[in-house]
Amino acid sequence: MPVTAVNKDFDALTMTITAELHAGADRVWELWSDPRQLERWWGPPSHPATFVDHDLSPGGRTTYFMAGPEGEKFHGRWRIEEIEPPKLLRFADDDTDDEGKPNDGGPAEMTVTIAEVDGTTTMSIESRFPDRESLERAIEMRMEEGMTEALGQIDGLLAGAEVN
Amino acid sequence: MVVSGETKRDDEEAADLLFGALADPTRRDIFRRAHGGRFSVSALAREYPISVAAVQKHVAVLERAELVSKHRVGRESIVRAETEALVRAHAALDHLEAVWRDRVERMDQILETDKGDSRCPSPQ
Repeated sequence: MPVTAVNKDFDALTMTITAELHAGADRVWELWSDPRQLERWWGPPSHPATFVDHDLSPGGRTTYFMAGPEGEKFHGRWRIEEIEPPKLLRFADDDTDDEGKPNDGGPAEMTVTIAEVDGTTTMSIESRFPDRESLERAIEMRMEEGMTEALGQIDGLLAGAEVN
Repeated sequence: MVVSGETKRDDEEAADLLFGALADPTRRDIFRRAHGGRFSVSALAREYPISVAAVQKHVAVLERAELVSKHRVGRESIVRAETEALVRAHAALDHLEAVWRDRVERMDQILETDKGDSRCPSPQ
């Protein structure tokens, strides 16, 4: 299991997940910087993500959507705040409607840090919400997207790994 | 939670606010209603022979004691019990953890798959 720690702060409304990955920092960075690789992990198998724009420069925008099994689409976007390849990526992530207008609730502030020691990379991802409403709203969206039907997906991934 | 002298003083202040807030029958009633569901301030005002402004003051006292929270939905001010809000925040962060655990698993899987797959070599 790559996840080594999860920290949740219910007052600050933050969740930080830390993982150890057996790859160099440059390789781990590609999972974020290359939209085709990002698409392979952002959405669950039932709701694959398509990244339409992916401009990783300060102030740059990423827009994406996830497609559900019934053809429904869920849109989202990032606004890049700070980037220092392959070590740091900070962005605001929020859900939008079909026309790209943000839904209710403020964006989640995401901070990704990547550090390599001897070929093993520690990646930490912090999600910070401005208030409870935004957090709950984001989770309602994730539930609609089927992103919390977590269990059982890993087996499917393992079985399908050969065809990737 | 860190327990220190300061925390203890904070706790006592919180207790003063809490018991002060619950010392009034109208506020106790508002708190009880907020537990059963969400009420707008204007809907609450219709339940008591007092003005909307007076209800707002009672709600503000309950808010300071962290017994209820108020948030805006459209033009309405909605009051709900803070305990419910806390439970919901916990559940939401737990869901978020599940989402990211899955994502990290998939990232790890991609790294492992690409490593052993000559058709998809990683650059460098």
